[in-house]
Amino acid sequence: MTNMQNSKAGPVSGGLGNIEIGRLLLEGRAFFALIVIIAVFSALSPNYFSLGNFLTMASHVAIFGILAVGMLLVILNGGIDLSVGSTLGLCGVVAGFLMQGVSLGGYTFYPPVWVVAVLTCAFGALVGLVNGVLVARFKVPAFVATLGVMYVARGAALLITNGLTYNNLGGQPALGNTGFDWLGFNHLFGVPIGVLVLLVIALIANLALARTAFGRWLYASGGNERAAELAGVPVKRVQISVYALSGLCAAIAGLILSSQLTSAGPTAGLSYELTAIAAVVIGGAALTGGRGTLRGTMLGAFVIGFLSDGLVIVGISSYWQTVFTGAVIVLAVLLNAVQYKKRPKAPAKTAIPA
Amino acid sequence: MSDATADSVVLEARDIVKTYGATRALKGVNFAIHRGKVTTLFGENGAGKSTLMKILSGVTTPTSGEIVLDGAPVVFSSTVDARDRGVSIIHQELSLAPNMSVRDNIFLGREIRNATGVDYAEETRQTAALMRELEEEIDPSTLVEELRLGQQQIVEIARALSVNARILIMDEPTSALSASEVEVLFKVIRDLTSRGVSIVYISHHLEEALQITDYAVVLRDGAMTANAERSEIDLEWIVRHMVGDHYDRGSPPGGYEFGDVVLSVSGACVEDKNKGALLVDNLSLDVRAGEIVCIYGLMGAGRTELLEAVAGRVKLAGGDVKLEGRSLDGLSIAARIERGLVLVPEDRQRDGLVQTMSVGENLTLASIGSFVRRMLTQPAREKQIVQDQIRDVHIKTAGGRAAIGSLSGGNQQKVVIGKMLATGPRVILLDEPSRGIDIGAKAEVFRLLGEKASQGLAVVYSTSEVQECLSIAHRIIVMSKGRISAEFGPDVPKEDIMAASGEAVAHDAAIH
Repeated sequence: MTNMQNSKAGPVSGGLGNIEIGRLLLEGRAFFALIVIIAVFSALSPNYFSLGNFLTMASHVAIFGILAVGMLLVILNGGIDLSVGSTLGLCGVVAGFLMQGVSLGGYTFYPPVWVVAVLTCAFGALVGLVNGVLVARFKVPAFVATLGVMYVARGAALLITNGLTYNNLGGQPALGNTGFDWLGFNHLFGVPIGVLVLLVIALIANLALARTAFGRWLYASGGNERAAELAGVPVKRVQISVYALSGLCAAIAGLILSSQLTSAGPTAGLSYELTAIAAVVIGGAALTGGRGTLRGTMLGAFVIGFLSDGLVIVGISSYWQTVFTGAVIVLAVLLNAVQYKKRPKAPAKTAIPA
Repeated sequence: MSDATADSVVLEARDIVKTYGATRALKGVNFAIHRGKVTTLFGENGAGKSTLMKILSGVTTPTSGEIVLDGAPVVFSSTVDARDRGVSIIHQELSLAPNMSVRDNIFLGREIRNATGVDYAEETRQTAALMRELEEEIDPSTLVEELRLGQQQIVEIARALSVNARILIMDEPTSALSASEVEVLFKVIRDLTSRGVSIVYISHHLEEALQITDYAVVLRDGAMTANAERSEIDLEWIVRHMVGDHYDRGSPPGGYEFGDVVLSVSGACVEDKNKGALLVDNLSLDVRAGEIVCIYGLMGAGRTELLEAVAGRVKLAGGDVKLEGRSLDGLSIAARIERGLVLVPEDRQRDGLVQTMSVGENLTLASIGSFVRRMLTQPAREKQIVQDQIRDVHIKTAGGRAAIGSLSGGNQQKVVIGKMLATGPRVILLDEPSRGIDIGAKAEVFRLLGEKASQGLAVVYSTSEVQECLSIAHRIIVMSKGRISAEFGPDVPKEDIMAASGEAVAHDAAIH
């Protein structure tokens, strides 16, 4: 909000109190929605409000929360990444494939888990890079480019596994490749590893958005690419980077998910891209680019996760869950429209033209 | 139509007051629109022109005062209501659907129906009749996107006429037209007025507006400061009433020697991608440190293309650009900014500002590197830069965190200029820096540029208003068809500049 202290528009500040409360409710809507959700479900079910349940729910949120971080970067840039769900599935399959051992010239190598993780992440980033190059260099609309990659990635996952699922991800001590379940099952200070990974990614992303040149470039090129380019922002590089980072996030989420499930299936992560987009939108980001915060996106992810898990806990049918989730998304977009419509006009009235 | 009715008042604004919150946008404006005459509203941005227009066209209603149409007070409840009563408005940004035909655009929203749906034959017939009336050879089935901008404007006019507009409000109708298209538009306007249509004309281009207008109404700070017939006024009169008594065009800064040549353009060529023709044709130009060069030319003379090519936005088809003796060939925009060559683009909204960012973030966008330490931006350092720039280029804002949209056009332009100055350039190129900003802000922008030049900055700006050549420039370059057609010092008569640009001097004579 405009800092009114130095403004000459004195009489306007009288009504500021009411405006501030309304604005606070509007801008903090994801936060208030989360509180309402927790309050309602805690009242409905004695099992909801407990540390154990929150941690379980948080580890569910971790998967698409990580996807949503990558998605936020892409959406801030004014793009969209429909391929993350498929990339997640494909990366899980790639990890599963590597865990089965790689045959090379008659020998079979069993890479240790950390190598598998690094290779999978690199692979995810590579898929994202393809998206980025298609969008930035070949000017394919983001929706179409990532839609295509979404199909290709899903198809590739099915091809690699022949439609089956890798169930044996445990590795063998003799081969030195155990520990894949660490990501999905272990806790550090009582918190699931997946949640900690989300936390670390979120903190890094937040710092990058708020305090690095890259973050500033991202907001600028999402807000007005032409102006950013003329100000010397390397807009193409930024654009390619966000898709690569989104692919990287999908790979990390894929590792965590297959570790949680102790299996890597080619259909994992089906339609997760939509959940990620929903989290970003509920978090107040504009699909036109340039507006949105990481804090909002995280709140959005928790709203969706806590809502759907809550509905499960109080025993509402999964059909209704879908209806509820959809309603929340529509409501969020509606409020976005209200928020961004008001923004440019409200200050304009108080401005005193030179 | 007899002379007696031709000069009668069709629409009158009486004591129109409009307040927005605590701001009084209009403070009791009185004026009349005469049948079959052109009435021009003059005024700086923020003087109340657009508010007045919105009231006349039914977008908004006055807080007090009344509009009298044909002798009876009326209240326009909406633009449709105003249109039904014969008042139509043509906005600066045309509101045509480019993917649809001329016919479909003209009847958009009020299609002629018959039993089987839309009566296209009748629509086509009426469209063709309108085009004949306007003496414009446009096939009704042509897609709007295939028309030149001037023709699109004719289509807008035809649409207004098709609902029997008796009063046509035109907001900056010539801002995007070429000189020949302006000619056509003016001919159409004269045609319309001879048929009894009244025109309300708004333009920042004072000289042009003077050619067409019959009456002038000048607004300043929401009040009408003057009102006169064309025969009684001239340019100086308008400017005097628009800005009050303190109006200074400025003069070239002096009292120092120019430095070495910093920018050297030799044999520059820019190709039109679609047609293969040369937009900039083998042009050479040297600019010294501390020198201010003005490039004057009509629309399409190649000014924008030249500046964009020098800044690295478009590729040179031939020739070379040197900055302080080093070739810039193949360098990106970012690398050129790094070396000290910056461009302030023509279209502030489209190319200059990031609307989603604050004033401060816009100001520092081009100089992020100067406040990043160990990968992270330093907020304290950034704040300092923002405050320095706000002070240095005199931006009127509530602070660095204010929304960019809260600033007036002139202050937004200062943000764009301040953003580029914050990079510490050696050469600054400005493409029409005064476009769409009021005279007060223009004077401030030019004063600022003069100040920077005296500190050793090389300044190159382009303009399409002769007045602005004769302000701070040490040297005036006239461009025509991609070439330099003349070069003048600061004391050249206006007529010489206009003649060299290809603008007919006989032009003025033909009107009177």
